[in-house]
Amino acid sequence: MTRSSLFRRDEAAGLAILALILFVVFPLMLDDFRLNLFGKYLTYAFVAIGLVLCWGAGGILSLGQGVFFGLGGYCMAMFLKLEASTPEATAIQSTPGIPDFMDWNQITALPLWWEPFHNFGFTLLAILAVPALFAFVIGFAMFRRRVGGVYFAIITQAIAAIATILIIGQQGYTGGVNGITDLRTLLGWDIRPDSAKVALYFVNAVLIFVCLFVAMAIRKSKFGRVLVAMRDAEDRVRFSGYDVASFKIFVFCVGAMMASIGGAMFTLQVGFMSPTIVGIVPSIEMVIFCAVGGRHSLLGAVYGALLVNWAKTTFSESFPELWLFGLGALFIAVVMAFPNGLAGLFDDYVKPRLAWPGRGRRARADNPQPAE
Amino acid sequence: MAQNNPNFILMVEDLTVSFDGFKAVDNLSFYVEPNECRVIIGPNGAGKTTVLDLICGRTRATSGSIGFKGQELTRMREDKIVHSGVGRKFQTPSVYEDLTVFENLEISYPRGHSVFGALAFKRDAGVTARIEEIAETIFLSEMLQSRAAILSHGQKQWLEIGMLLIQDPELMMLDEPVAGMSVAERRKTAELLNRIIQDRSVIVIEHDMGFVADIATRVTVMHQGKRLSEGSMAHVQADPKVVEVYLGH
Repeated sequence: MTRSSLFRRDEAAGLAILALILFVVFPLMLDDFRLNLFGKYLTYAFVAIGLVLCWGAGGILSLGQGVFFGLGGYCMAMFLKLEASTPEATAIQSTPGIPDFMDWNQITALPLWWEPFHNFGFTLLAILAVPALFAFVIGFAMFRRRVGGVYFAIITQAIAAIATILIIGQQGYTGGVNGITDLRTLLGWDIRPDSAKVALYFVNAVLIFVCLFVAMAIRKSKFGRVLVAMRDAEDRVRFSGYDVASFKIFVFCVGAMMASIGGAMFTLQVGFMSPTIVGIVPSIEMVIFCAVGGRHSLLGAVYGALLVNWAKTTFSESFPELWLFGLGALFIAVVMAFPNGLAGLFDDYVKPRLAWPGRGRRARADNPQPAE
Repeated sequence: MAQNNPNFILMVEDLTVSFDGFKAVDNLSFYVEPNECRVIIGPNGAGKTTVLDLICGRTRATSGSIGFKGQELTRMREDKIVHSGVGRKFQTPSVYEDLTVFENLEISYPRGHSVFGALAFKRDAGVTARIEEIAETIFLSEMLQSRAAILSHGQKQWLEIGMLLIQDPELMMLDEPVAGMSVAERRKTAELLNRIIQDRSVIVIEHDMGFVADIATRVTVMHQGKRLSEGSMAHVQADPKVVEVYLGH
């Protein structure tokens, strides 16, 4: 049986095609400016992959993934900002050696909680641990009390709103509405030139595959099947001896960590982090990436994130005021007309026409050739 | 009645649950012995299903106690109650439609129920053999690789019974296991239940009197949340109170 092998044949083919597109087609076809843009779109694909796990597999719809994206992004931005704020580079400030926005806000010493972000190892750890911890607290508070479905979605959306307000309000510590800008180097490596952006694009692509493999392993394990079972009949799972809440908390934490990795890569690829990427609208956009790609398909989520962002860039250049309406219409269209997104359309219309080796044999058996 | 008799596996004492002042179960006491098959009967709204909900932790008691093998269940978390040896089948068949019959049974297999246990769970020969054995018992050997969604109503009932069976609970609670079944399915199910209620205690809610007479060790009749009568089938059938409210003249 092929079940026991690591990947099914069609999954392996899907991964190979995505690898071909990300590692060969895009770098050959796109100029450095466009490739950098696709690098930015890829950072959103991390969130979409996490959402496939939470929402598609587990039925947990979070409208606050921007918060986790932002946590990762801000952790990375704090490290980069500290590296850029050497006493020499900030000599004209009244307090040299602290980030410029702190100086503008009459802060005279680096806050204690910024200190550990001098250390790159700590920063990497924080990018994974901070969102996981935050997701754990939210998940514990909600899922233990059996808050789910639309109530969970609304509360996560409220958290996204609160996070934005908090970041903007604490201008002296967070850079406020402008965010953390003017980031220059990562451990001495200048992240601003095109060559660095191209390199970061490839780092993104590799990390996407790492996340895809992790997500696939989770979905293939019994854990993945328990998630599907919970979506179908939660009480049956509970009274089969599972602590349903801890399964939801775990998958929510994994989704948060993936979003956070995306956020950290966003900061590197784009060169800044700001509260506009944390709030309600971007959080909902992230759900749309996942829905358009197909909420049950990990590969679909990557394509969804790339396609919707590409459309956003293209259309918002021409019709800036119409884009949000277009996005809303797209979401409604997906939900009403093709609820399984691009992946669902692929499965329904394209796959039957492809001759997978196993399928081909069966088709021939159904229509036996005339005997010779 | 010997209230602290250690021979009882389940001791329900003075159990009351009140929903906004309405007492769905009112000061109910009953005791189940090991290997006993207890059938609870009573008119609609008597509180039968609520009693099962209380025992498995789905509903929390307002007062009273539920002792199972010396442990108090009224404040225990649902999954812990399951692990202590209580299995429960719901009234409407409750199976995982998107999973195969094999995967449905595998989820109930008593191993790897924690988050990391489930991530690390390996489908070894022992698991497969046990699932095939259970599938044989519940007449679904041919259907192991089919999605549960395509099963008939009766087959879903059997699958859920199989999911209980693979847990091997010491106390099995079945809520109307033959409801909605065809005559042929009903006969097969009676035969199946007669086989699986050996070696364990069972509480069954059922309306089919022929079926009750066939399997019951003792019968508890409930009415308006209270115990109306209890004893052998013949005893409760002869009880004028039971005839009045339930069986009819």
